[in-house]
Amino acid sequence: MNGYVFPFTLAFTALSVVGALLRPASDLVNLALLASVALVSLGRMSTAWRSGLLAVLALTLTLLLRLNPGDKLAFYGLLGVLIACFLLPNLSTLVRVALGAAILFISVPIAGLTNSFLFELGIQIGIFAALALGLNVVVGQAGLLDLGFAAFFAIGAYTWGIFGSPQAAQFIEGFPPGGLPGNYLYLFMALAIITAAITGVLIGLPALRLRGDYLAIVTLGLGEVVRVFANNLDKPLNITNGPQGITPVNRPEVGFLTQFLQAIGAEQVYGKPIDSYITYAFFFYLLVLLVIGVVILVNIRLANSRFGRAWVAIREDEIAAKAMGIPLLPTKLLAFATGAAFSGIMGAIFAAKQTFVSPESFTLQASINILAFVILGGMGSIGGAVVGAAAVTVLNIGLLKDFSDLLNTWRQTGVTILGYNMANLPPQLNPAKYERLVFGVILILMMIFRPEGLIPEQRHRVEMQEARQEAKEGGGK
Amino acid sequence: MTLGDLIAILPQTILEGLLLGFVYAMVALGYTMVYGVLGLINFAHSEVFMIGAVIGLEVFRFWGNPAAPVIPNPFLLLLVALLFAAVGSGFMAVLVERFAYRPLRKRGSKNILVPMITAIGVSFLLQDLTRIYAALRHNEFNMQYRTYEALNQVFELPLQTTIQMKGVLIIGVSVLMLIGLTYLVNRTKLGKAIRAVSQDMQTAALMGINPDTIISRTFLIGGALGGVAGVLFGLLYTNVTPYSGVLPGLKAFTSAVLGGIGNIPGAMVGGLILGQLETLSGTYLPFLTNGNFGTEYKDVFAFLTLVLLLLFRPQGIFGQNVSEKV
Repeated sequence: MNGYVFPFTLAFTALSVVGALLRPASDLVNLALLASVALVSLGRMSTAWRSGLLAVLALTLTLLLRLNPGDKLAFYGLLGVLIACFLLPNLSTLVRVALGAAILFISVPIAGLTNSFLFELGIQIGIFAALALGLNVVVGQAGLLDLGFAAFFAIGAYTWGIFGSPQAAQFIEGFPPGGLPGNYLYLFMALAIITAAITGVLIGLPALRLRGDYLAIVTLGLGEVVRVFANNLDKPLNITNGPQGITPVNRPEVGFLTQFLQAIGAEQVYGKPIDSYITYAFFFYLLVLLVIGVVILVNIRLANSRFGRAWVAIREDEIAAKAMGIPLLPTKLLAFATGAAFSGIMGAIFAAKQTFVSPESFTLQASINILAFVILGGMGSIGGAVVGAAAVTVLNIGLLKDFSDLLNTWRQTGVTILGYNMANLPPQLNPAKYERLVFGVILILMMIFRPEGLIPEQRHRVEMQEARQEAKEGGGK
Repeated sequence: MTLGDLIAILPQTILEGLLLGFVYAMVALGYTMVYGVLGLINFAHSEVFMIGAVIGLEVFRFWGNPAAPVIPNPFLLLLVALLFAAVGSGFMAVLVERFAYRPLRKRGSKNILVPMITAIGVSFLLQDLTRIYAALRHNEFNMQYRTYEALNQVFELPLQTTIQMKGVLIIGVSVLMLIGLTYLVNRTKLGKAIRAVSQDMQTAALMGINPDTIISRTFLIGGALGGVAGVLFGLLYTNVTPYSGVLPGLKAFTSAVLGGIGNIPGAMVGGLILGQLETLSGTYLPFLTNGNFGTEYKDVFAFLTLVLLLLFRPQGIFGQNVSEKV
């Protein structure tokens, strides 16, 4: 049967390409494309053919998105290609990088300039991925369970939020009344790294003397402490403006991007002016992409360094690590500071992007969500953290919302499904509102069926297999 | 306020801390018992507690409607609510153990994070299931407990303190439950088996104890206590939401850690201490800092105390220091 897969894939791909050229607006073409993406990713074929077909599909999907910017299925298809070129084994690094960069820097902007939702999604994924990478250093690599991780994100966000808005003038005399100009954001991204890292050390110093579950509860408590302070430091001195939050936070100037878009004639191509909202979305998309790239590079370099090996040693056996001469507290503190720094820098960008900071964004729920990204992706694995964050974000603000919209259309048109008239469906049943439920079910199922995560770290994969083997041989205790 | 005024409100503050402390103590027991037998932070316990509160609320709502009460006597109604909540929450905890934790245990994964993440997943799931229930059944998010004259009746106590009838009931029920649990754990065969499993599961199994049964019973007992605590909590604060288990659950877990996790008397004492810390700091922080740091900081105070205590006694108040062997 395997012999038929390849010609079948080829035929399917050709069909969808031709379909896309002739009838770009039909759902049938989209579905054919999605099927081709799946076949190309999962079917059996030579690496060269696979790379080529992926490139062809990416090109077709980009074309479709250019023609209908609101085409959801084409977007998910493009996401599929991106994930495939990120995950598939045996692809050459050149193909991976070239195809990934082409999708991220060319396809998404082409579609995003008319449908800024794509940029929004990209920005969200980038921010969450940086947080997941930060926590991955702490939990995945060093094995220290931190349940108050959102605190560092908050520190980064408030570092820019306070000084890049009229807020600072409230408690510092002679400060410019509108706050620092937006271009100071670049400086404050560096400062946010430092403040977050310092907070990491300050929280780590008492907390890291404890182990396991005690560490978890203490970090959870200290994370709440940071949030309570953010929520209440509007008196005696108005530093954080309390629960109302700080607004408006300044954004950098994007004149260069506007000029660039004019230079390449974007307005003529799209036949309408590119407004500042979309330009800003584009700008933050690029900024987040840049920062996440740097974070991933730093993370890979760190993981393969002396410190990375020391973290893994501590995770596997603290006493043995100590006996080998690894200084425990400094090494753990470094993990805390590194993780905090990753989320601090994204905090500053988050504040500028939202133009609004409030304690609402940094609750215990946020910390647990970040932990879930790491676990879903695979603890300790860098690719896993990114994929975990991307998967959950796409699910939350993409798929669930689409499903809600679909249910709403059914409700309005009164379709009958399995003998049930959808018009009678209670309006309270709105999947977009019940993300926790979906999230909870995913977490439980993942832990039962694939506890090592979507993309397990090499070391973990071996361990889990051994544990399963043992359980089988022991006949299940 | 003068020093005299501050001292005058002290007895009332302590009494209120006691009410809160008993509720925390009962929830903390659920955390500590599960931790004792499985070494797992059962994050879903806060939802078991919340579901207890919702079950109690439904009993009051359907059988205690003032217009046409099925059970006219509020005290009897409360008793029924407590029973239903205990049974409902107990079985909910058993279900959670059976379908979420047991499959993991059978597979023999050594990673302690795996069951904890599952617990978080279960907690999310139960929160939103309750939310869907509340939305479909009552079309609301905030659910209010009914109030009854007889339960709100105020008694004057010496030292200018007052207590409501429901306060007396909360203390009475909690003390009874705590005494009952102590008896059960220390004097009965089941209690002995629970203690044996929590000391060493494999050896206990060799002695003819079925660990699965005992773990299931432990969840049942912990869940029932949580359910009762939920009803008492709802009675005390009158407002229940699908998310209202989270914060008390967190505090109760903190109490369990404070007392030394896995230690049953420790959880009770820890709960009472945390109740006192919270109400005392809530009342006195504004005066001590001239109103600059108000009641909002009571949680900060409670958590910082926990951090301080753990720095000097990492095993909690009653916990035993287990040195790690290589």
